[in-house]
Amino acid sequence: MTAMRINNRRQFLTTCMAGAAALGTSASSMAQHFTPAANSRVVVAHDPQLRAADGNHIDSARMAALFDRAVQSLFESDSPQAAARMAFRPGERVGLKVNTLGGRGISSNLELVLAICRWLQQAGIKPSDIVVWDRDSEELERAGFTLAVGGDRVQCYGTDRVGYEDDLDAYGSVGSRLSKILTRNVDALINVPVLKDHDGAGVTLALKNMYGVIHNPNKYHPNGCDPYVADLNMLAAIRSKMRLTICDATTAMYDGGPGFKPELSWKCNSLLASLDPVALDATGWRMIERKRAEKGLKTLDADQRAPHYISTAADNEHRLGNCEPGRIHVVEI
Amino acid sequence: MQMQTEFPLQLDLPQPPELPQMKQPALNRRSFMMCALASGAALGAGEIAPLAAASPASLASADSGQAQNDAQFTVEARFYEKLPNRKIKCKLCPRECAVGDKERGYCGVRENRGGVYYSLVHSRVCAAHVDPIEKKPLFHYLPGTMAFSIATAGCNVNCKFCQNWDISQSRPEQVPASYAPPARVAALARQNNCPTIAYTYSEPVVFSEFLMDTADAGHAAGVRSIVVSNGYMQQDSLKQAYGKMDAVKIDLKSFSDSYYAKVVTGQLKPVLETLVTLRSMGKWTEIVYLVIPTLNDSDAEFRGLAQWVKTNLGPEVPLHFTQFHPEYLLKNLPITPVPTLERAKAIADAEGLHYVYIGNVPGHPAQNTYCPQCRKMLVERVGFTADSLLIRKDGTCPACRHKIPGIWHL
Repeated sequence: MTAMRINNRRQFLTTCMAGAAALGTSASSMAQHFTPAANSRVVVAHDPQLRAADGNHIDSARMAALFDRAVQSLFESDSPQAAARMAFRPGERVGLKVNTLGGRGISSNLELVLAICRWLQQAGIKPSDIVVWDRDSEELERAGFTLAVGGDRVQCYGTDRVGYEDDLDAYGSVGSRLSKILTRNVDALINVPVLKDHDGAGVTLALKNMYGVIHNPNKYHPNGCDPYVADLNMLAAIRSKMRLTICDATTAMYDGGPGFKPELSWKCNSLLASLDPVALDATGWRMIERKRAEKGLKTLDADQRAPHYISTAADNEHRLGNCEPGRIHVVEI
Repeated sequence: MQMQTEFPLQLDLPQPPELPQMKQPALNRRSFMMCALASGAALGAGEIAPLAAASPASLASADSGQAQNDAQFTVEARFYEKLPNRKIKCKLCPRECAVGDKERGYCGVRENRGGVYYSLVHSRVCAAHVDPIEKKPLFHYLPGTMAFSIATAGCNVNCKFCQNWDISQSRPEQVPASYAPPARVAALARQNNCPTIAYTYSEPVVFSEFLMDTADAGHAAGVRSIVVSNGYMQQDSLKQAYGKMDAVKIDLKSFSDSYYAKVVTGQLKPVLETLVTLRSMGKWTEIVYLVIPTLNDSDAEFRGLAQWVKTNLGPEVPLHFTQFHPEYLLKNLPITPVPTLERAKAIADAEGLHYVYIGNVPGHPAQNTYCPQCRKMLVERVGFTADSLLIRKDGTCPACRHKIPGIWHL
């Protein structure tokens, strides 16, 4: 893959449009929604040299390489291209649900999103069939994305541009209107959360990132978001389209989240990848706990904000994935 | 909040081209239906003041020439305290949301921006209508008069039966709204011959700052204020905000802690405390209890409620048992049978309450007000109108001179 440095949004979009489109010839075997297996695989890919010489900006070439290694390991494939063809079919419309609440400091990384977009094109997905989205266009812009609607390019906009469905989707404790981007504009979803502490929920990773697809997330923060997070992820439109989670842990927060506080963040220089959002959340939680211990902070449990919603998501009612360490195969590369 | 017969007028109707256009979503199916329902309700009411006076056009003209933007609606909240790490603790309602930077509270209309908490709904009116006061319902407050009724988006609970969830369970930016500052609301009330401004439809607790400022503007213009609320507030905010009201209607959703936890997402105790405090403040207060089949319709609950009201508030506080209609997340339950409502009234009557009404059942005789001493009918109500008001200027029954509590005359 060609090494590129992306300096601005224009280059990012140009690259996506012009990127190699290595069309796959075989149909995807991943077209159905994730069903937890006996064991789940979580890849933690790390590159201590991920950042450019200034120590801050992500080197886009190294990010692309890191991402390729992560998905190749996750799918146990011969190449990242083969992994892409296992996950997506040409003609599918794929949404990247990023997380941009934290502004430029702690949002889904631009270089990571670029790497995912290029990878999708290797599976034969047209740039215009890729939608980078979050709930709010202004938040996307604040995080460094440039809005793009129409044309033969990667699309980028917030739910505020298209609105929410009129009717409610309900499961258990949750009744919400879903983003029309999710329900109408995409066939498959890649969840691109950020590894963060959360003052109410304990952590906010893959499962909780789905709060950004509904109109009333504020209603689901009591009781550490439990069982709301698990119930939300049971909604058919989410569960049936969720194909893959790539968690951005380039910069992560071990305390004080979800808003960005540089003094409570660390340069983790990692990505987490999994088909199982519960296993990914359980793994990310442990990473945050390790960092908290290193910093001399109490565990989230001692701080009375352990993310119990993760085990709820794995329980017999939800079965969204595995959370027990013995059933999660963490592959560190 | 349950208001089966009270459909707010959504402010996203097409506006005349000469008026400044707000950045609003296009009229969608839901909005169209809401507008149609609101218009239908208005037409049915017959004597309602000209609807155009409360239309989006008239509200938009309040700020002709001014740009519409979020900054217009954003004011620092009055009830919160600052915490370390740019967090805040909201002190408006018993929920006491601890809100991190860039996050919102449970209500969805208050946001922490860098450690300062803001209300996003000041003057952000998403529903406005001229309603009979009987629709609130307030039966012992200026019968036969109209109330200029307004709402913003947001609510601090999430009742599974909410009739207006489109606005109450939405964030402000998801609901079309017009800029209507307090003085403009007061002026519109006067123009529409409304002696009262009503804060209603969604949950006025969450727009307390706007409510307080509008009440002040209204009083300065000779217009009173009433609020239709769940009463789920902290004592300090209650005293400051509802202290400015001329009358209050509280939706007491149930007399059970578990119901409040499961169906309302709130707590019973603070609401009961609100009722006691309002009584001690001398505020005219009426209580509405929405009766939902199988959830809060037992004899024991009706009896417990009536006994509590009599003991803590007195027998003269009006209590309305109203009919539930399936909506929002409770579409699986039937309409409340009228005999259930009559059973509730019979129990409350037997416990010694003097003014027990049945609501949302047009034409039911228990919509009328009777003298508890001589049983003479004093106020006859047909639909949402008071057809006759026989109570004397001094608030007494013309037949036996028994004092009838309430605010009866302007």
